Amino acid sequence: MERRLFLKSAMAGSAVATAVGAGLLTPSMVFANTADFKAVSDAAGASSAGAGKGSFKFKAPKIAENGAVVPMTVDASKMDGVTNISFYVVNNGTPLAASFNIKGAQGYVSTRIKMGTTSVVEALVTAGGTTTKVAQEVKVTIGGCGG
Amino acid sequence: MSKIKLKPKARKGVIGIKALIKHPMETGLRKSKGKIVPANHITHMTVSHNGNVVVDADIGSSISKDPYFKFNVAGAKGDTIELKYKDNKGKTGSATAKSK
Repeated sequence: MERRLFLKSAMAGSAVATAVGAGLLTPSMVFANTADFKAVSDAAGASSAGAGKGSFKFKAPKIAENGAVVPMTVDASKMDGVTNISFYVVNNGTPLAASFNIKGAQGYVSTRIKMGTTSVVEALVTAGGTTTKVAQEVKVTIGGCGG
Repeated sequence: MSKIKLKPKARKGVIGIKALIKHPMETGLRKSKGKIVPANHITHMTVSHNGNVVVDADIGSSISKDPYFKFNVAGAKGDTIELKYKDNKGKTGSATAKSK
């Protein structure tokens, strides 16, 4: 299945975009483009499993008013050598929401993510080669997307 | 190319960069009128300060529609901030702003 998808996407560069527009491609084939991202997401899951508790601030609402727009902030600016800040939503289809590689900016990121359902959200911060995490449950009552 | 609002503001040696990108960010799982809306979301984004990349991000489909980001970078008024993004369809967008 994966080889077939890979061959099709290798051949089909811009043909993919036109085929998608014409509704000829199914969603699983369109998602072949994000197979790499799924691998990054799985790797984030693995590093989350091994991560100890972080000393940075992670702000997220306890109850999200709107599951399509949940604001969250990581403030790791007091930590030295921050190289990556990631947001991992355990119950989302693809848990990794985003991975920010910090190369000169401060260890601070604020953004808004979509949550399909109530879930624990983990903020993963990698500094000096070690990943630590802070987790918080965010309840989604209405407006959970994808449904 | 979607519109980008980029607002860098320097305060006490740190530039707070606020960015709002107009982009549908479809996950590829949503149905509209019985048909699946194809995936259309930003996959990669970079933020540069005076020409140096300071943030290099892999963005997933779980980031909300019209993505909002805020970053901090050490700098001063007048510095140049540039944001570039690429989405899963290969489209790119960019914006440049001088910090106030």
